[in-house]
Formats: sequence, C-alpha cells, structure tokens
Amino acid sequence: MTLTDHINTTARRVPIWLVYIVCALPAPWFVYLGATGGLGVEPIQELEHRLGELALQFMVAGLAITPLRRHMGVNLLRFRRAIGLITFYYVLCHLLVWLFLDVQVWSRIWADIIKRPYITIGMLAFTLLIPLAVTSNNWSVRKLGAAWRQMHKLVYPAAVLGALHYIWLAKGFQLEPLLYMAAILVLLALRLPKRRVRAAS
Amino acid sequence: MAYRWKNTLSAADVTPESAWLNRRQIIAGATGLGVGAIAGPAFAATEGLEPNSFEDITSYNNFYEFGTDKGDPKRYAGEMTTEPWAIEIGGMVDRPGTYDFKDIMSEMTVEERIYRFRCVEAWSMVIPWNGFELADLLNMAGVQDGAKYVAFETLYRPDEMRGQRFPTIDWPYVEGLRLDEAMHPLTIMATGIYGKPMPNQNGAPIRLVVPWKYGFKSIKSIVKITLTTEEPPTSWNRLQPREYGFYSNVNPNVDHPRWSQASERRIGGGLFAPRIPTLMFNGYEDEVASLYEGMDLKRFY
Repeated sequence: MTLTDHINTTARRVPIWLVYIVCALPAPWFVYLGATGGLGVEPIQELEHRLGELALQFMVAGLAITPLRRHMGVNLLRFRRAIGLITFYYVLCHLLVWLFLDVQVWSRIWADIIKRPYITIGMLAFTLLIPLAVTSNNWSVRKLGAAWRQMHKLVYPAAVLGALHYIWLAKGFQLEPLLYMAAILVLLALRLPKRRVRAAS
Repeated sequence: MAYRWKNTLSAADVTPESAWLNRRQIIAGATGLGVGAIAGPAFAATEGLEPNSFEDITSYNNFYEFGTDKGDPKRYAGEMTTEPWAIEIGGMVDRPGTYDFKDIMSEMTVEERIYRFRCVEAWSMVIPWNGFELADLLNMAGVQDGAKYVAFETLYRPDEMRGQRFPTIDWPYVEGLRLDEAMHPLTIMATGIYGKPMPNQNGAPIRLVVPWKYGFKSIKSIVKITLTTEEPPTSWNRLQPREYGFYSNVNPNVDHPRWSQASERRIGGGLFAPRIPTLMFNGYEDEVASLYEGMDLKRFY
C-alpha cells in the first residue's frame, strides 16, 4: 500500500465530529491561557493574533484539499466543510476579540473599519465568508445547485484579502505574513486549468 | 546637571497611603472574603501611576535586532555581548573619541526616573529607569557651536543579533534628536531598570529614553553618537516616511495612518484591560511643549 493509500484509508476512519471538536478547542484554550497569564503580559494582542493566525492556517488547509486530491491523489474531501467552518469560526473569534477586548468603543470601531485599510480589508474578507458559512449544509447545497459552487468561490478572494490584512498590519518587512500570502497564491494557482500549448509564432 | 527634573510618577510620591492600604485590603479580600464591596474610587484613580513589574518590562519588547515577536528579545538578547562596551562620540564635538562605558559611568550621576513609556503601537508602560541626563554626556564630549542635531546608532553584530540577519529594517538601527531635545532635562541615557543593570532585551548596557516621544525614538544598545548640522536619517522614517516622522512626539490628535493614537493600553492589565486616553506629549506637555512652539505638529509628526 502506498503512502497516499494509507492516508486515504486513515482519513476515512476519522469521524467528522471529532475534527470539529479538536480543531475548535484551541480558541477556548487560548482564552483560558490569556486569563491566567499564559499569553504573556499583553494577552489581548496575543490572543487576537493567535486566533487570526489559526484562521489563516485553516484557510490554507481548506484550500489545500482540492490540489492535494488533484495532484497527489490524497482524498480529504470529506473534511472540507468542517475545515471551512472552522476557518470561519476562528475569523469570528478573532473579530470578537478585536471588538470587545481590543478596541472596546463602538464609535472607534466604526472609525477604524472605515479609516484603516487593513481593518477594512479584514472586515471585507469576513463579510465574504458569511454567506459561505451560512450555506455550508446539505440543504443549501441541494437548494442552490450549480449556484452553490459558484458562490463558494468567494473563498478565493477572502483568502487573499485575509493574507493581505496580515501583511498590511505588520510593521516593517516581516516574513511570516508573506509566507501565508505565498501559500495561498500557490494553492490558488494550482487550481488554474492547464494552459493549452500554443505554437510559437 | 543631575536632578534637574523631579519624578512625578513615583508610586511613593503620588499614591496616597490610604490607596495603598485599600489595595492591600482588596487583595486580602479577594482571597479571603470575596471581592464585592471593598473596591474604592481612590484605588482606581491612582492605579495607572504605578510602575509596571520588572517581568512586564523585560518580557514584552520591541527590539527587532532579535526578532519581531514581542518575546524574541527576552529569548535571544542573551546572545549579545555587552562587555566590553564603548560609545564612539564624534562629529561636532571638542573631544571626539571612543568612550569606554565604564569610564562614562564613573563620571555620571545615576538617578531614578519613573517615566511613562508609550509605544507607537498604542501600548504603554510605566518604567522606573536608572540613568543620567544625555546633556551630561554630550557636555563631557563638548558640543561645538553650530551643532544642531544628535545622531545615534545601535550595535550591528548579526552573529549575536539574529534579527539583523533578515532585512526587517535597514541595519544598523539609527535614530536622531534635535540638539535642544537632546539637551532637555527629561532626556536620559538609561543604564538600568529597578536598580538593576539594563537587561539585554531592554537595550543593554546603555540606551536613550525620551519619554515624550514614541518608544522607537529611544534607541537601544548605543555604540555611536554624532553631533551634526543636518537632520540625521532615522530608521523607521527611512522605511515608511509617511508613517514615522523625525519628531514622532506622542500626540493623541495625530493618528498613525494605520491606527488611532487617541488611546493606549497599559501593559499588565490582563485580558480585560481597558484602553486609557493618550496624553499630549505623553503627559510631559508642561515640560516640553515650548520646544515645538509655532510648529505644525500635524506636519512635523
């Protein structure tokens, strides 16, 4: 049996509910750490940052599923909805920490969304993900048919905006945000249809 | 010229004894009786003036020479050798040369200065520095007439400062002050915190502290000071001139292009720390506003 077969066989045995629980646990764990001093002396920023990073990590994982199957034969399709919803869950947690622990004042929240480009971009990415999270159920898939597939391509711009949000808020030239953007762009590029070979003229 | 300025932020000076007692009761009450009815307004009013803990001050740092994470300086700054240490003082001075750190210290009067410290990223601390006035050091070298600016440079040693192996900014880190800012009694060269030698992650063995400016102006681990006639280049200004000006005075009315400077979060308040209003010139308006009379602070940010 090849490695790919191994992965596919093991993946079939993992119950989806377990994926939801295990992947969702870091959020309450980080809140607990933050409240008990485990996130250092500035827990608000740290919590916000970690949740945002987890959102990007699950975003990358979700985008990797299709290329993994197409190019390597690894089939993790049955986890895709869970990973997508977990991504949304972390984006939402990140946003809630920003709203209630970080900025705190409603007038300033609105001013920040309008005036600060990286926050505008982050909010836009979040907004794009809302209809996707709402329609991540069998009923919506049946009801929407072909439109469902088209609509869920919104995750592509959302992913790019999410990475841009991270690049834009960093001070100076930092590597990590660029790595997320690179991973997302590569995963999107792998989806492009193979170009037809044109004769040189 | 030591003791030209008296601490206003000393916990012992400004915290009424009743507030201290109150606090003890609160702590005792929280463990013994439950928190309920004990907290009083006096406690809340003076709380912000207490210095941050040594732990706060030494574990949450921006010192990109060791990495961009706030914990990186504490993790990696130990790799930096700070002995021997010397500062090269040059440019428009009467006695240019390489001044050994120990020789400098033997000439200077070290005093405690409890200052607010406001980072451009909108967080802040209260830090009990030990140091001496920069004016004393500059006078030791003898500032010549016509000198208008002071340029500073941080140690560049990539084999001991791992952040310098990556071009986060254009190394070495450089900063600058106008001469009158440099000679101001509030401007100090800090060599310690809480009476201990300056920890590496805070800019050992000697760093600048300019309490009315954003933290990045207070350049760390200084190896070179140059008196000039021209405004010297500064690292963050070179990198993003629209975001970081030469002056970079703390000013709640002039926002950073990407975030508001109207409020800040005092480190050490935990997960539910409130934001507090940022003060003009970080609370040192009486002392320093006259330096900028007639200047448009929105233009000279």
